[in-house]
Amino acid sequence: MISQPAQDDRGADVADGPSGTGSRGTRILGLVVLAGIALGAYLALVSSPPDVNMGDSVRLIYLHVPVVTVAYLACGLVTVASVMYLWKKSAWWDVTAAASAEIGLVFTCLTLVTGAIWGKPTWGTFWVWDPRLTATAMLALLLFGYQAVRHLPGDPTSRARRSAIVGLLVLPNVFLDNRAVTWWRSLHQGTTILNTLQPKIHDQMAFALVFNIFVGLLLAAWLMIHRWRLAWLEQQVEVAELDEAIAERRAEGAAPGTPAPGTPTPAATPTPATPTVADPTPATPTPASPTPASTSARTEVQP
Amino acid sequence: MFRDALAVAGKDLRIEARSRVALNQVAPFALLVLILFAFALDPDSGVLHSATPGLYWVAVLFCAVLAIQRAFAIESADANQDALRLSGLEPAGIFLGKMLAICAQLAALEVLLGLGVVVLYNSPPTGWLLLVVTCVAATAGIAAAGTLYGVLAAGLRVRETLLPLLLLPVLAPVLIGSTRAFEAARNSTPSQGWPWVGLLVVFAVGYTVFGAFGFGPLLEES
Repeated sequence: MISQPAQDDRGADVADGPSGTGSRGTRILGLVVLAGIALGAYLALVSSPPDVNMGDSVRLIYLHVPVVTVAYLACGLVTVASVMYLWKKSAWWDVTAAASAEIGLVFTCLTLVTGAIWGKPTWGTFWVWDPRLTATAMLALLLFGYQAVRHLPGDPTSRARRSAIVGLLVLPNVFLDNRAVTWWRSLHQGTTILNTLQPKIHDQMAFALVFNIFVGLLLAAWLMIHRWRLAWLEQQVEVAELDEAIAERRAEGAAPGTPAPGTPTPAATPTPATPTVADPTPATPTPASPTPASTSARTEVQP
Repeated sequence: MFRDALAVAGKDLRIEARSRVALNQVAPFALLVLILFAFALDPDSGVLHSATPGLYWVAVLFCAVLAIQRAFAIESADANQDALRLSGLEPAGIFLGKMLAICAQLAALEVLLGLGVVVLYNSPPTGWLLLVVTCVAATAGIAAAGTLYGVLAAGLRVRETLLPLLLLPVLAPVLIGSTRAFEAARNSTPSQGWPWVGLLVVFAVGYTVFGAFGFGPLLEES
């Protein structure tokens, strides 16, 4: 990874990245989101009228639709970021794909849960084999698979490339799933907001819905910024640990009389008076990392 | 590229013919799945008969996962993956060769499973043309997607668990399309089955094209 800066700019960009997950701007954004959630809840639960047919169960729509919007946008971003990573080979896009995939998975699962809760009083059952429901469930499963690839141990560049290929296929797969299940009979609610010619929704309800979608997008932006920075810092730690391990290894090799790493210590070698306690948190395994040497060195530096 | 594909396919099929893993392990597994379905769904209630198309394709998918894992397991021994990379063969040719070999094995398994459902589930085949075209299109799609995800998972310690997790959701449209097409053939309404064949062809072509381009980088990672 470090030895191939031309293929991946992880190492080169580390110094330019953020040093924490929060900043003044994100704290202000967080407060705005909190206020927006409170106002959105008031609009959804108190201010807007119940539906003629669905009654109070319509209020779940004010949560369900923003969650769906964020989920689909995040999943779209996974594919875009994956394409960009394969094109630019930039760690920035890899981290963007990782962050948006996690947010996409959480919100896709929330979509399924809120949809099921809404479906029980409306359709009389938690689950129907409706095209959109089925395609969303398949999307969640695809994102679980993507997460499995993202958490593969080993070289980060190799992991990023594998993840990008899987991420690239998320949207086409969802499209094919959707086409396949759309040919089944659909029970899902038709378009409501974007049907501008014949509005089917009360003005106050429409305002509450649009407001909550807006708040949902702000929340997603807040989550995205923090998850992105966290993923970036995780990569920094990984790179720094590898650099540290290589430096220690070189120092051991340069020091006269030091046995080569991995060779058994002779019985005559003096042992330290105080036994060193093994480090309970070993370094993150990396293929290039000389694990035995770096672990033993770490115990001395960080007892 | 096509010469490379035939060379790789011939090599894989020769290994299979000599090791007989597909014959001795995957084929009995396929029959076992059919029998387990019969245990789960009472054969006398008629459920088994009415669900035959779906059960058939679920069994095919299970066998496909095994065949794909096997196709890349034979490359992991003795650093064969490195030999494949250094052989000078075109990655697209290797992809097509692997895909062809998996197609051939799946076709044999599908014939076996077909005989199984005819005998065990008492479901005589009707609408031969639709059945055969569905099988060809679905097999190509399963093999193309399987080869792509197979090389993606190859070389990893978690490949046995990762491959089904990645591949089976992707193959959901193939399962839906092929099952509906088989149902249309069984109900003697082939006109309802051909649109599903169209979906299967789109899936197969899409994954073959994408796999031919994406196989090279993934082979380097494996």
